[in-house]
Amino acid sequence: MEKLTRPQIAWRIAQDIPEGAYVNLGIGAPELVANYLPTDREIVIHSENGILGMGPTPAEGEEDPDLINAGKRPVTLLPGGSYFHHTDSFAMIRGGHIDLCVLGAFQVAQNGDLANWATLDNTRPPGVGGAMDLAVGAKKVIVMTDHCTRDGQPKLLDVCTYPLTGLGVVNRVYTDLAVIDVEDKRFMVREILAGLSRDDLQAQTGAPLTFAKDCADLTAAI
Amino acid sequence: MIDKQVHNFDAALAGLGDGATIMVSGFGAAGAPHDLMDAVLERGWRDLIIISNNAGDGERGLARLMQERRIKKVICSFPTSSNSEIVKELYSAGAIELEIVPQGTLSERIRAAGAGIGGFYTRTSVGTPIAEGKEKRTIDGVDYVFEAPLHADFAFVKGKLADRWGNLTYNKSARNFGPSMAMAGKITVAQVDRIVPLGDIDPEQVVTPGVFVDRVVEIAGRLK
Repeated sequence: MEKLTRPQIAWRIAQDIPEGAYVNLGIGAPELVANYLPTDREIVIHSENGILGMGPTPAEGEEDPDLINAGKRPVTLLPGGSYFHHTDSFAMIRGGHIDLCVLGAFQVAQNGDLANWATLDNTRPPGVGGAMDLAVGAKKVIVMTDHCTRDGQPKLLDVCTYPLTGLGVVNRVYTDLAVIDVEDKRFMVREILAGLSRDDLQAQTGAPLTFAKDCADLTAAI
Repeated sequence: MIDKQVHNFDAALAGLGDGATIMVSGFGAAGAPHDLMDAVLERGWRDLIIISNNAGDGERGLARLMQERRIKKVICSFPTSSNSEIVKELYSAGAIELEIVPQGTLSERIRAAGAGIGGFYTRTSVGTPIAEGKEKRTIDGVDYVFEAPLHADFAFVKGKLADRWGNLTYNKSARNFGPSMAMAGKITVAQVDRIVPLGDIDPEQVVTPGVFVDRVVEIAGRLK
């Protein structure tokens, strides 16, 4: 039983993004989701630096320094895409026009609180970027994260201990071990890694888990 | 005749000095007016307060000014990128003040200043450390935080085309903070790739109308 890799988590998230959705993908691992969007669906990717209809990475030599994503890497524009300025871009986010965002997390609490912008280390400059705007503005907030930190500490907790990004904002968490909804201030497991026991998952989670009646196996087809 | 073209950096930066607050457009390097920032560096001004999304990326512009210890404070959303070592150094040494503002709030505060709005209520940052000490208000059952406008002595933006009236176009995602900052600076200076004759820019393509712009400087080769 192998944990899902980052690309596999991205693939799993992509399968759940519906036709016609306007989607913002956070910096880092969430960017991978773009690689696995089902090709039979039209999904419009929003980048907060002023792009709708963002396309894949350009071929080598075709990069344009004026066409980059929120992670500041070169991208392309698809037919039907558009450019706009920052305040309009955040009107899309804060005004509730973006259907779904995928964000990384340091911690998620069972009531949906999200901590993903600052740690308790005061020597490193914090940076919030657009995370707080997306957390309150996107219609649905998806978190993509490893289930535990590198040193084995749970990231899904009863209460976040790091500075918060948003209160009660997370709808669903996809980890390398499970797919978990935040429902009525508790963690509801929808899918669990095939072969992992419920007790093992609970042991790696810092808050009580509830298992959905139809809890399924988490698998990835890549 | 209205002519906002300037032909050297002394004219572009006239009125700027120590302690000035400057808005600097750009998201990473895209849309960053590096030539104007280099000119500020050369003129030796210090104790500057910078309003910009990032706090120095690579080695030019803001990063250089920081390296030379000219910047007192940066108001930004995301100070660090993969290649912004200098801000990390200065921050851990306590040699620079950072005010972290959520990106949408930053942009809207800038726009509010440019639009004559005395502030606004937003859901962004409710319940987080960023909301501490700010006025809260519940409107129709939703909690909001009050955010004040963000003014600046100068706004530096980077456009693609300009004309002598100061009308501006931008290039792709290099537009980013330019249009809002252009509205908000007491003096707005645009560095552009090319200045074209009045009437050459299709009015439907003008993104920043010239009323918001005070000076335009064409960067073709190196000005002094």
